[in-house]
Amino acid sequence: MSLYVTELRRLFKRRLTRLLLVLLILGLGGIAVVFSFSSHKLSPAVIAEAQAEADVQYQRALGDWRQAVTECDAAKARGENTEQRYGPDCGREWQPQPEMFDPKWNLPYQFDFRNEFGIFVAVFAGATALFAFLVGASFVGAEWSTGGMMNLLLWRPKRLTVLATKLAALLTTLLGVSLALGALWTVAFWLIAKNRGTTAKVTAGVWQSSALDGVRALGLILAVGAAAFALASLGRHTAMALGAAVGLGVISEIAIRIGVAMAGVRFGDRWVLSTYALAWFQKQWTLLDHRSCDFSQGQCSPKELIITWQDSALVFGVGTALVLVAAFWMMRRRDIT
Amino acid sequence: MSAVLEIEGLRKTYKSRRRGTRNALDGFDMRVEAGQVHGFLGPNGSGKTTTLRTLLGLIRPDGGRMAMLGHEVPHALPAVAGQVGAIVESPQFFPQFSARDTLALLAGAGEVPPRRVDEVLELVGLRDRAGERVKTYSLGMKQRLAVASALLKNPKLLILDEPANGLDPGGIREMRTLVRDLAAAEMTVLLSSHILGEIQLICDSVTIISLGRRVAFGPVDQVLAQHSQGAVRVRLEAVTDLPAAAEALIRAGVRVTGHPDHLMLSGVDKPAIVSRLLAEQGLYVSELAPVVVDLESVFLELTATAPVPGQHRQVDQSTKVGEPGQPGATTGGWGA
Ligand SMILES: Nc1ncnc2c1ncn2[C@@H]1O[C@H](COP(=O)(O)OP(=O)(O)OP(=O)(O)O)[C@@H](O)[C@H]1O
Ligand SMILES: [Mg+2]
Repeated sequence: MSLYVTELRRLFKRRLTRLLLVLLILGLGGIAVVFSFSSHKLSPAVIAEAQAEADVQYQRALGDWRQAVTECDAAKARGENTEQRYGPDCGREWQPQPEMFDPKWNLPYQFDFRNEFGIFVAVFAGATALFAFLVGASFVGAEWSTGGMMNLLLWRPKRLTVLATKLAALLTTLLGVSLALGALWTVAFWLIAKNRGTTAKVTAGVWQSSALDGVRALGLILAVGAAAFALASLGRHTAMALGAAVGLGVISEIAIRIGVAMAGVRFGDRWVLSTYALAWFQKQWTLLDHRSCDFSQGQCSPKELIITWQDSALVFGVGTALVLVAAFWMMRRRDIT
Repeated sequence: MSAVLEIEGLRKTYKSRRRGTRNALDGFDMRVEAGQVHGFLGPNGSGKTTTLRTLLGLIRPDGGRMAMLGHEVPHALPAVAGQVGAIVESPQFFPQFSARDTLALLAGAGEVPPRRVDEVLELVGLRDRAGERVKTYSLGMKQRLAVASALLKNPKLLILDEPANGLDPGGIREMRTLVRDLAAAEMTVLLSSHILGEIQLICDSVTIISLGRRVAFGPVDQVLAQHSQGAVRVRLEAVTDLPAAAEALIRAGVRVTGHPDHLMLSGVDKPAIVSRLLAEQGLYVSELAPVVVDLESVFLELTATAPVPGQHRQVDQSTKVGEPGQPGATTGGWGA
């Protein structure tokens, strides 16, 4: 227990942790503030204004049209060729209709909590996962590279316990930070929706689905933190985790993409990690195989491959588990010099 | 006396794909008695740090047995760790933390009362600078912090790998007093150092290692005595009598080296015999002094690392015990 408390204290004494936490809070806060200005509540007055604007636009268009027809008739009477400039029959058939001026187009953007909060859960998860990666990697990486780990092991010669306790301190911190900031984030967007948007049709079911989005976001944050921790511990340096992440990104998003394209693999994107990230947030992601189409037969609905969030859970879960096992295995075996 | 530290036949082989294997420890033995200050000496790369790391569970041995405070390690290391304080080769600390934070975190991990932190800071002379970041410390200040971290547990066995590294003259003297005080308080101290004058002053006994094997061990004066090999310096009242004296002594089977104003004898068990022999010849001795060798010359002789003019000794050139044709291969009872 004392080791766990000590590791928590160590984590929060680190300047990088504090700095990144401040940056995360400022970043998320900034997004919420800027976004709140871009959303406007559609009050009856705003709707009436939009309607009036649409009417004005309609009338203006009608006037322009009438004038054009008149000009065209005059030109025709002078024997000029008007076909090209005004169209056949002086463009009489293109008379503007009122329904072509939907007042909706004049409405400002209004944030719809029910339909759009999911995007912001993903934004939150992305920012916090980045935080988790940097904090997780540097927490153990800096400890290795500065010799702090060796000192600690002189005090606590149980290597696996030490590493596991550090990991536990990291994960509980990430959990706490995510829950606290996630709650604030939800409240912030609820308030934005209440005051500057709409909370219409937010039923218990919507909340439940948002909660599930949140749980998946949390899972991603913790997995990223744990994987970064494991990679930095394996390489005994923070930079090793960063390098591994960049390497994985390059391999997955560029090399594999090019490779499967050249080899002509069907549903090549199923080998690319970002597909699984998308599926994780969207619950499922559909890959299309346009090559199965024969366009000479007209319309075609290409073959589909659906990647579900369960598939993503498997890919990310197994990946994280593998690096964790490797990190603990190495911790048990290696010479610390 | 009971042994606080026992090592028998310890082996450690570093393997490298390109350079093959290196036997850093090659059947090394060591024994430290309770309450002693024990010096651990050896040339660079002889295996001192490797021994200490192995003892503390940082690296795995390839063979041999070790025990600390009566427990077999590394198996029982968790049980004894609380009673063993150690620094291994200028330890590094997290540069952004202050000395006090660093020690407080260690104290927390080791379940040591926090008040002990200020005690040890006072002890190593860092009290007034304890709030500053370790990054800004000088070499000697970091070394002091390291010693403080080793003392934090108030250990029964204190292992210090080159603690004087980077200390100023005052610091070295303080370290000497500190170690003596700790020993007086029944702490056993194992001290590795290259400053042999210091070792000779503070240690009760020593172990000398060369190329991963023990070349000598025992109480300091015993090791010194065995290596002075009965050297005696003789002066006579009349310098002109020296040749006659030399002749008489050689006849009596003593090895003699002549000097302009004195004779150096070796292989003398009892200096009194010399004065009797010479008195029988009517020669009067004005000085008869057993020559005191210092630890440094014994060390250089035992490890065969004394500089030779015109040669540049490379790091792994030193005594290898147990190999024929090497100096030190037959070092009598006190060699391993
Ligand atoms: N991690 C390692 N990999 C390979 N060889 C090593 C490693 N660590 C030490 N050695 C080798 O083991 C031998 C003993 O090294 P060690 O550090 O124990 O020497 P030392 O007696 O402490 O020397 P010094 O007085 O210079 O501190 C050396 O030859 C060294 O090169
Ligand atoms: Mg060393």
